[in-house]
Amino acid sequence: MKRSARGAWPYLFLTPAIVLFTLFLAVPIAYTVYLAMRRTRVSGLGLGKGARREVFVGFDNFAAALADAELWQGWLRVLGYGALVLGVMLGLALLFALLLDSARVRLARFSRIAIFLPYAVPGVAATLLWGFLYLPSLSPIRAVLDVDYLGATTVTYSMANVAVWGGVGFNMLVLYTALRAIPRDLYEAARLDGASEVQIALRVKIPMLTPAIVLTTVFSIIATIQVFTEPTALRPLTNTISSTWSPLMKVYRDAFVTGDLYSAAATSIVIAAISLVLSFGFLRVVRDRAFREG
Amino acid sequence: MAGVTAATAHRRRAHGASASRPWGVAPTALLLLGAIYCLFPVFWVLIAATKSPGELFSTSTLSFGTGFFDNVAELFAYRDGVFWLWAANTLIYAGGGALLSTAVSAVSGYALAKYRFPGRNAIFNLLIGGILVPAVVLAIPQYLLFSEIGLADSHWAVLLPQILHPYGIYLARVYAAAAIPDSLLEAGRIDGAGEWHLMSRVALPLMVPGMVTIFLFQFVAIWNNFLLPFIMLGDDGKFPLTVGLYTLLAAGANQPALYNLILTGALLSIVPLIALFLTMQRYWKTDLSSGAVK
Repeated sequence: MKRSARGAWPYLFLTPAIVLFTLFLAVPIAYTVYLAMRRTRVSGLGLGKGARREVFVGFDNFAAALADAELWQGWLRVLGYGALVLGVMLGLALLFALLLDSARVRLARFSRIAIFLPYAVPGVAATLLWGFLYLPSLSPIRAVLDVDYLGATTVTYSMANVAVWGGVGFNMLVLYTALRAIPRDLYEAARLDGASEVQIALRVKIPMLTPAIVLTTVFSIIATIQVFTEPTALRPLTNTISSTWSPLMKVYRDAFVTGDLYSAAATSIVIAAISLVLSFGFLRVVRDRAFREG
Repeated sequence: MAGVTAATAHRRRAHGASASRPWGVAPTALLLLGAIYCLFPVFWVLIAATKSPGELFSTSTLSFGTGFFDNVAELFAYRDGVFWLWAANTLIYAGGGALLSTAVSAVSGYALAKYRFPGRNAIFNLLIGGILVPAVVLAIPQYLLFSEIGLADSHWAVLLPQILHPYGIYLARVYAAAAIPDSLLEAGRIDGAGEWHLMSRVALPLMVPGMVTIFLFQFVAIWNNFLLPFIMLGDDGKFPLTVGLYTLLAAGANQPALYNLILTGALLSIVPLIALFLTMQRYWKTDLSSGAVK
């Protein structure tokens, strides 16, 4: 590759992406920030033209979002749910990836395809399937473990199960792909030193997998913080999920049910800020990988 | 010679080529358990969808019913065949969106991988950074902005925001870097080929396997998306299957007589993706950096 002799061509090739980025990312983000700093003020009785004005209120909406007890309860629920999903889903994904890579299993191809299959099932459909499996009138799993799967406390576990079911395969595939890229000689050396398969997995494979584990963790954190589909789709089947169960559900309610766009905008920025802070390490991983090409 | 035998046995263990090699019962069993867990709900809905409303509650969970075709006929007749519309809409959103997304990703990835130009890293980081922006921050202002131009409740409102996909651009860049030799481009330039010609006739054909992967990921992502169409659309004639299924569930959750309809709808909405998924096995890769190596 010679110097930058190609002039405008790379920019031309990137134009569609940049236009889409501007229209559907940059402008909406700016608009959200704008809305988050405004509010409708009502003067007089709120009747007649000009009685309702949109005014600039600075950080008032953010302060309100941070002081909102309903929202905090949502955060706590999502924290518990998220810890459960992340721990179980990524733990299982890592376990399955290591087992597949150990070359000592039969039917590995079948298992790999089967575990990845739920990735092809939309979240709404997955929630619906499990939701019906939880229903007392239909449930075959009640024969195995007879509890109320949609009770006030159990519903969190039931929902986490849907997310784990839907996500374990994709994460397993990411980790498995990364494992296959590790030079096999490393294991040989460890085996010659008398290390067992389990020791190799713990001492060699997992450390080598760290970037991939970080990557999957960050992706999962971003997805979990925004949990919306599972609780929304499960609501018709139970009355234990409120309309503000997760922070994102509250944003939806504020914006489209109660019509308070300003609070919704502020809350969505708070959600974005939290997931940005939590996933800050992600960009570095991606950049390290992308720039390996030199 | 003992040394040779040991080395051969060693290689066998390392490469897993021999059938007489010992295999672990526990690892195989664990993976099969995972496979059963992942297949179970899909298998269950396959059976449940064959049952008539009466059979659903009376017959054994694992025995096929006799009402599958009645269920399908009833589903297709539901509200003048709105299920057909949902399926057609989903195909338009997922097919059209993934096609456009793949084209944009491929051209952008090629430009980022094969040209050196001022602002390259900044543009890449900006585009990739988009993955960190939670969908919720975008969905509400996107809805408002589409409302402003009168397109909120239209196919465009669901199609356009899903074209740009950071992960697609990342994969395309990694794949282009690995699959397109610089020497080929240089040779083309020496022969007097223009940059547009190089991109469309030399680079993109080499990127086809990577583009299939990007297409699949984006197709599934759009097919499975719930939040965006849920926010954008009000007219159920424009719904994709995910939102349609949700409205079906919300309408029928309290009417067990509708359960067979819901379950049949769920089954029919996951069958196409599972078929796509099983037939395109070799394209499901999460890392394309070894792209050129066949």
